[in-house]
Amino acid sequence: MALPLLALAALAALPLLLRSDFWLHFAIMTLYVALLGQSWNLLGGYGGQRSFGHAAFFGTGAYAAAVLQLDLGVNPWACLALAGLAGAAAGALVGALSFRYGLRGSYFALVTLAFAEVFRILADSVPFTGAGVGLQIPLRQSAANFQFPDKAGFYAVILALTALATALAWWVEHSRFGAALVALRENEEAARALGIDVNRTKLRAIALSGGLAGLAGSFYVQYYLYIDPRLAYGVEVSVAALLVPLIGGAGTVFGPLVGALVLRALNEASSRLTGDAPGLNLVLYGALLIAILAFLPDGLVSLGARLRQALRRRAPGHA
Amino acid sequence: MLEVAGIAKRFGGLAALADASLTARAGAITALIGPNGAGKSTLFAIIAGFIAPDRGSIRFAGREILGLPAHALARLGVVRTFQTAQPFAGLTVRENIAIGCQLRARSRAEALREAAGIARQVGMAALLDQQAGALTIAARKRLELARALATGPRLLLLDEVMAGLNPAETAELIAVIRAIRDGGVTLLLTEHVMQAVTGLAEQIYVLNGGRIIAAGAPAAVLADAGVIEAYLGHGAAARLSGRETHA
Amino acid sequence: MFAFDIVLPAVLNGLATGAVYALVALGLTLIYGVLHIVNFAHGSLLMLALYGVYFLYTLLGVDPYLALPIMVPAMFALGYALQRTLIATASHGREDNILLVTLGLSIVIDNLALYLWSADTRTINPSYAYDTVDLGVAILALPKLVSSLGALLATLLLWLLIRRTDLGKAIRALARERRGAELVGIDVAHVFAMSFGIGIACVGAAACLLLPSYYAHPGVGESFVIIAFTIVVLGGMGSFPGALLGGFIIGVTESLGGLFLGENLGRIGVFALFIAILLFRPAGLFGARA
Repeated sequence: MALPLLALAALAALPLLLRSDFWLHFAIMTLYVALLGQSWNLLGGYGGQRSFGHAAFFGTGAYAAAVLQLDLGVNPWACLALAGLAGAAAGALVGALSFRYGLRGSYFALVTLAFAEVFRILADSVPFTGAGVGLQIPLRQSAANFQFPDKAGFYAVILALTALATALAWWVEHSRFGAALVALRENEEAARALGIDVNRTKLRAIALSGGLAGLAGSFYVQYYLYIDPRLAYGVEVSVAALLVPLIGGAGTVFGPLVGALVLRALNEASSRLTGDAPGLNLVLYGALLIAILAFLPDGLVSLGARLRQALRRRAPGHA
Repeated sequence: MLEVAGIAKRFGGLAALADASLTARAGAITALIGPNGAGKSTLFAIIAGFIAPDRGSIRFAGREILGLPAHALARLGVVRTFQTAQPFAGLTVRENIAIGCQLRARSRAEALREAAGIARQVGMAALLDQQAGALTIAARKRLELARALATGPRLLLLDEVMAGLNPAETAELIAVIRAIRDGGVTLLLTEHVMQAVTGLAEQIYVLNGGRIIAAGAPAAVLADAGVIEAYLGHGAAARLSGRETHA
Repeated sequence: MFAFDIVLPAVLNGLATGAVYALVALGLTLIYGVLHIVNFAHGSLLMLALYGVYFLYTLLGVDPYLALPIMVPAMFALGYALQRTLIATASHGREDNILLVTLGLSIVIDNLALYLWSADTRTINPSYAYDTVDLGVAILALPKLVSSLGALLATLLLWLLIRRTDLGKAIRALARERRGAELVGIDVAHVFAMSFGIGIACVGAAACLLLPSYYAHPGVGESFVIIAFTIVVLGGMGSFPGALLGGFIIGVTESLGGLFLGENLGRIGVFALFIAILLFRPAGLFGARA
């Protein structure tokens, strides 16, 4: 327990060390993508319900935050919380339909993809989301308005949000809810036979997951002051959401953090090497995903354990 | 404790159960036997809420439970094991059993503690930290039993829990099951292993072709001509009794 | 808006497009029916094939329809190699991982195309690109008519392959009962790879038929993936007549959706249909009852 808290304190102090905007941005994006990854991790990692359309929840949170600010003048901080609720509601909607009709595995993945696309097309066609043009938040920098002149402010917020998500993952690992979730991932019928209300557990998971994604969406809107259908509901978001935990280690507390760091680092490295050529970093991501699935299916966090296992087997005198 | 009446179930053109009825007395061990394909597992699945029958009624402790989903039945105390063991492969034995415990336990931590006790009860204490996916078949079946027991059931439905065990393991498991019964749990089991049936059952029902063809105390049922014919074929009873008189 | 002479051409156009969609979906349904793989890279491979046909035309002057004997074997070989080497090994045979592996593959292919060939939309302009055929009740673009007839022919050939050849028998045996097929000596890895290869060969043929009236662009894969899956699920996973009928239904749905709701919103029809099928009738029109 002490180690994570120390790490958190160290991370909180980071802006004092990283004076450059570039590195602060890197840290912010890493934490942001880790938040998105934790959200997917809850449903897809612990619960085994792998969604290909997490953008549906992210985008709903993002648009909720934007629209409430712009059209109803709601305070942006309140919008953060409301975006979380909006994301959770989107999750509950998709979940209620999908789980009630027993969709699992590939069918579930595809239906979530379809939902994300439907939301995208709707956002693209409907005036109150700005249609294809999107929504722009006017620049009014102040802490009360959730727009910080200094990146350190944004850093603090995303650190808090990601820490919250990670704490939630820790709680899931130690709670009966989490155990039920993992049980239904391993074997749904057996879980049912032991008294677990599988559908209700899944629904809770997807609502929590959607809520976290909604928070990420709201943060995105505040950081970039702009949202459009592609940014909100596009495939890139859904892919990022699943890549991060799968590469880092799905169903673990720190997997999404590791995955986020690796992916962002890879991103930076590849744009240095190829000068921002479009698409190359995603090629690397795709290749990395395949490599992880092939050689390290439990993700990068399992690397330590795997190496120890391999070394033990090589030790002389070992059977 | 359990009253099953007139259960019928068709799968497409096949009538798996035509008119199955049985009663499991509280605190007793009742066995359901019959040749392969007789419909035993189907009946189990129906009682435990996994399949809906076409007709019939099931009363547990006086109340109608037909139509309740499996997890609700488990909460009421009706728990089944699966014929092909269904472990949570990625979890340890302890974690597996704890999932069962947490139905009644107040916290995950408490569930994990209780799991050790249940494991000891079925003789699996040594395997507590093993990965369930790496267990032998016999151990997996033991785990099935442990998990179901962990939920604190009132009625335990054991689906061919003795299959694939050697005589020593069978005898051991018989003792475990008797102890469970002594603890106040009502047991309904389906079996092919006759050693277990004769060693445990106080009441036997014989299912053949979707119907109960015999019921009663073990000695009577197992000597019944109809039962012998169901297992060994037409005319077998006559042949057997003929051989006896000639001996 | 509901005028017959506006709706009918839209329907006919939809049917024509639907025939080619059906060919794409047929490959996907074969792959699912035999290997139980949800091949997420199917659209990306179509996109790759479209670029293949494009470059054959612009660099070597090969007419798209004449490129069939080049593209079909080439895509078959690619499909065979992908399944035999990459997909089978990376997924360790686990079905839940195969979807992710093919997702990874689609990400690699889509973005490699973006990186190599940029986001410019590539079209070709063969001499017959704007020719039309007067069907009496409507006028149809010639390339579309040719593509739909070609797709139907390809479907027939595929059906003959599956029904009448030894390979087809092996494929059907494997699809039905893997263990049994192994026991009678069918080389499972080989037949799996053959099936995947044939599925991708369909995509190669579809690309040749499509390019004259369509375009090549890195994002094409994404658009096609859901359409192909909708067709496969609508028709029933693993059903050939289902995929064909599904292709027509989706082609017409898309066409009418675009007519009544506009290009953008019209797309929603296909997705909404997809969701509805998955929820209410996942076995599709012809599939075995789930």
